[in-house]
Amino acid sequence: MTKMKLALALLASAALPQAVLATDLEVTHWWTSGGEAAAVAEMARAFDASGDKWVDGAIAGSGGTARPIIISRILGGDPMGATQLNHGLQAQELIQAGLLQDLTEVAEAEGWKDIIKPISLLDACTFEGKIYCAPVNIHSWQWLWLSNAAFEKAGVAVPTTWDEFVAAGPALEAAGIIPLAMGQQPWQSSGAFSVMAVAIAGQDLWLTVHRDKDEAAAASPEFGKVFEAAVAARSMAAKSNVQDWNQATNLVISGAAGGQIMGDWAQGEFQLAGQVAGTDYTCLPGLGVNEVISTGGDAFYFPVNDDAEVTAAQKRLASLLVSKELQVAFNLKKGSLPIRGDVDLATANDCMKKGLEILAAGAILPSQDELLTPDAQGQIEDLMVEFWNSTTMSAADAHAKYVEIIASAE
Amino acid sequence: MADAGMTKPLTDRRAAVRPVRAWRNMNAKVASIPMVATVLVIFIGCSLWTVLYSFTDSKLLPRERFVGLEQYERLWGTDRWLVSIGNLAVFGVLSMVFSLVIGFTLAAMLDRKIRFENAFRTIFLYPFALSFIVTGLVWQWILNPTYGVQKVVRDLGWTSFSFDPLYTDSIVIYGILIAALWQGTGLVMCLMLAGIRGIDEDIWKASRVEGISVWKTYIVIIIPMIRPVIVTAVVIIAAGIVKVYDLVVAQTSGGPGNASQMPALYVMDKMFKDQNLAQGFAASTMMLVTVAIVLIPWAYLEFGGKRRG
Repeated sequence: MTKMKLALALLASAALPQAVLATDLEVTHWWTSGGEAAAVAEMARAFDASGDKWVDGAIAGSGGTARPIIISRILGGDPMGATQLNHGLQAQELIQAGLLQDLTEVAEAEGWKDIIKPISLLDACTFEGKIYCAPVNIHSWQWLWLSNAAFEKAGVAVPTTWDEFVAAGPALEAAGIIPLAMGQQPWQSSGAFSVMAVAIAGQDLWLTVHRDKDEAAAASPEFGKVFEAAVAARSMAAKSNVQDWNQATNLVISGAAGGQIMGDWAQGEFQLAGQVAGTDYTCLPGLGVNEVISTGGDAFYFPVNDDAEVTAAQKRLASLLVSKELQVAFNLKKGSLPIRGDVDLATANDCMKKGLEILAAGAILPSQDELLTPDAQGQIEDLMVEFWNSTTMSAADAHAKYVEIIASAE
Repeated sequence: MADAGMTKPLTDRRAAVRPVRAWRNMNAKVASIPMVATVLVIFIGCSLWTVLYSFTDSKLLPRERFVGLEQYERLWGTDRWLVSIGNLAVFGVLSMVFSLVIGFTLAAMLDRKIRFENAFRTIFLYPFALSFIVTGLVWQWILNPTYGVQKVVRDLGWTSFSFDPLYTDSIVIYGILIAALWQGTGLVMCLMLAGIRGIDEDIWKASRVEGISVWKTYIVIIIPMIRPVIVTAVVIIAAGIVKVYDLVVAQTSGGPGNASQMPALYVMDKMFKDQNLAQGFAASTMMLVTVAIVLIPWAYLEFGGKRRG
């Protein structure tokens, strides 16, 4: 009997301190390129320093590979502590099914409504008045990254607009440089197209097509111009045989390619390679045509958990992610923009400063993830990957199919 | 128990029709209950569930909002699906024909009592031991223009040589076919060889006496005699064709563009990536129908015929 009591006492003494100490939280994300991994390491460090333990659950590939894994784990009853997802409609059904943690309490205690800027980021986390995610950065797609060395080699000035870039194409090609680097994954094809659409068709038309799903606007000749421009871009990217986006970025870094249309996460790669904005590479927000950035972003969602300890740790992590220190450390490494306007990014480089200026000026757009369901996005990706890799699909064909997708989108 | 099993069939055979047929061989029947339950619940039950929900508009989670044939209309209006079906047809026919022809030829060659038969057999069968992912990656490297065949030949001096199937949309499907054949023919060869070896030596003696040439003996006498083996091989190859997925993922991920898409990739993408379960269900139902169209007439001929004869 006494032995039993002793054992129980020991067990309790061992279990209790553990309960108040660190909680392990598995965090899944798809930040695996060099720049991204450096940024996510900042998060892990901060979380570990606060007394809990960050268990890294990086999923290689891209969002397209990682999201199904993440979602099936949540649905399958094996939830992680926290997970990255993009803002918007991706998590809506999970929220409806009650599988994600309500963070309203944390958000209200910390006054997220007042600090998060632009507020649309928080709106994207809000469902029926409750807040379900912690935004961590603004990532904007609208960037054209150019290799200064490549243009020097080709003997042309570094372009300042998309048209100049297209005009410089033949000179780059003559110098043995791939004018436009493009990865072959569907999300890259569709992302690059969307950037061109905002720049060339203008943001009003883009919004009419994607937010209001206006079939007539989508079928208009103005929107058709985007497809013609994409045909030109497609031939500039014909020799680019890489798969992943960071391989394509590497072509630009090494000067093997002239430029790449990619979101601001490419910046982290330039930084990691020791390149300096302005001297080694140049960035053109909105392709230099239409200086506006879409404010999609990454956000962390916290699946509902039976364990009260884990739930408490999830809330601690949520508040940490929005904190000033982490916002600065994380976004400087990743090259993305912080979600709050009150942080000091004096050490930010030229490109990030450009982004911050555009943000301050309020030239922002909702991201395509917020406007279209994953289903419609998938259809666009299927179309775009075919279009960018085809040599025969005409602008008119692609345009007609795009109109169909918009017409049937919910 | 062993005794009962041994003797019962003998007595049964004498009494042609027994009134309590259902109670015969109880042990065997009890033992097969788990498998029967699995088939009923998992194979048939889940298939029916999938077919039922393909008529809804389920997105990330299944829901019972029926929309009739909408998902099927969309499916057959989608380029990517049509490309997938075309690819499956080309891949299926070629892979069936070449697997059987190459498999049989290799088996017949090994059957000629050549030296080092064991070594050859091992070499031919080895690729089968690899997973599709490994096979796919290996062939992706071999066919990659910057590391593989094209580079080797160019380094040898033919600098204008171009061999780039995986990045050329019109021939990418053949790049996948090569890898599939490389992996699959070894098994077909082994099956065929076992069949050929099972043939009585006297048949060969008789054909030699009659003066029939060797190749003619194989085609006219041996092939009809190993028909059951060929049927087994056909079923194994056909199952492999319909479910081809990982090979394509490892080699091209369906690219360039959508040129090497397969139905299974479409199903996976719609169900999990694009959060449109119903569309994925509709596509997988069509795959099931395709299989049924191929298998039902065949099963009818094969098994129905035997019962009659």
